[in-house]
Amino acid sequence: MNKTYRFDTMADLVALAEAEDISLGEVALRHEVALGQLDRDEVLAAMRTRWATMKQSMEVGLAAPQKTMGGLSHGAGQMMAGHRPVLSDAIATGVMARALAVNECSAAMRRIVAAPTAGSSGILPASLWGAQQRLGCEDEAVVMALLAAAALGMVMANRATISGAQGGCMAEVGVSAAMAAGAMAEMAGAPPDVAVHAMALALKNTLGLVCDPIGGYVEVPCIKRNAIFAIHATTAAEMALAGIRSFVPADQVIAAMKEIGDAMPKKLKETSQGGLATTLIGLEVMARRPRVDHVQG
Amino acid sequence: MGGMAPYDSVFSIIGPIMVGPSSSHTAGAARLGGLARALLGGTPVEAELDLHGSFAETGAGHGTDRALVAGLLGFSSGDDRLKDAFEHAREAGIVWKFGTVNLGPDVHPCSVRFVLRAADGEALEMVGSSLGGGAVRITSIQGYDVDISGDYPTLVTVHEDRPGLVQEVSALLSRYAVNIAFMRVARHHRGAHAFMTLEADHDLPPELVTATRAIPGMVSARALPRLA
Ligand code: SF4
Repeated sequence: MNKTYRFDTMADLVALAEAEDISLGEVALRHEVALGQLDRDEVLAAMRTRWATMKQSMEVGLAAPQKTMGGLSHGAGQMMAGHRPVLSDAIATGVMARALAVNECSAAMRRIVAAPTAGSSGILPASLWGAQQRLGCEDEAVVMALLAAAALGMVMANRATISGAQGGCMAEVGVSAAMAAGAMAEMAGAPPDVAVHAMALALKNTLGLVCDPIGGYVEVPCIKRNAIFAIHATTAAEMALAGIRSFVPADQVIAAMKEIGDAMPKKLKETSQGGLATTLIGLEVMARRPRVDHVQG
Repeated sequence: MGGMAPYDSVFSIIGPIMVGPSSSHTAGAARLGGLARALLGGTPVEAELDLHGSFAETGAGHGTDRALVAGLLGFSSGDDRLKDAFEHAREAGIVWKFGTVNLGPDVHPCSVRFVLRAADGEALEMVGSSLGGGAVRITSIQGYDVDISGDYPTLVTVHEDRPGLVQEVSALLSRYAVNIAFMRVARHHRGAHAFMTLEADHDLPPELVTATRAIPGMVSARALPRLA
């Protein structure tokens, strides 16, 4: 038995889970306990606090439009929540609304939980909220799903990156959607290898996604992107549950992500020097933004 | 954090609980400010903050400037006051100045150099990077290369490069039942001052830090708390 529950790759992670017939969330939980700082109940309690904060940020963002730093998005979460679904259903639009709401909170310097980053903080809470509605499960199941998501995120963070400045938006929104896809699949009862296929399907289809936020604000494209990729995560999870497998194994998808991130031009990695940031409208926003070297106290 | 994967805890992925808009540019920045504050030993009276790479390019829109100053004030990355950090800093009497700097192509794009001065004359130059998701690294202190994550309580000492001194420090740690996770000693050249960083598994009792300072040849010793 591997007492440290250490995993460097998705293959390691699945092997650990299969060896003891436990979930990915349970592997993550045992790994965290093995680090020696917190016992099992403390880890669960700390994760419960994070879920509570996530729920709070969804509520805050839905209750009132948030004043974002750049003022480039206003009340999108509320608009979505008030919209009667035409092409999908109320849970799907609820997921979109919550992803928008959390990200607007984040852009307005309100409290959120990075998952794995603030720019991508809407995807996981919104997705897990949606899965909880559909599956009718307790908060404890969501807490285990968050642990599963963390395990998947750790591998991607350590083998590639979760920094938009290093790997573009696939490292933030892509990783977040991949975490959500795997976690939702596991919540729905998928075995570990299927959950990892869900993760791989989600990540694979964000490869190449650049980070080109307008004016340097985490608003455009970030806020709306959270809603769109929350649904992307659901698609990946649903496909895995249908028996569809990622042709490229998860660890190889992560290796490709690393290679693409390294090759991505710097101007498309959170420097706001290209892409959407340097469109006509992007440059207009840029011209009126504050600059750090002009701030002095 | 010698040889360990930087994202070893589930809470490095699901977390931190933070004030937006960016884990790297806001939360990580606040944590770096907090580490600089701890190394200085308190609130600075003067602060020069030079931003490198993406910090310089997009920092203002991400609240990086406010977050760095919030850290210097001792606010955590989840503190609601982060938003109004400049007002709080003015009240606390900090005089600060932002600039931009190119620290070189190999330095992480989200990096900052702090040049700080405390009321008692203590000065600090620290370079740190925000790695993503709120994780940070201090890469240089007073010009010495270091590798400190803030994930562990850390003891940082500057001392004369004499034989036996390092052993005396480790003897002290074992007397206080503190287990060492990682340890690193650096010096510019033989006989110069040496610089030691020691990451521990448990919190460092204040008496331990005081006792470390009393070791003959010790120039300074500071404890960094584990970051929230
Ligand atoms: S575009 Fe950049 S800043 Fe926006 S969410 Fe993606 S990685 Fe983060």
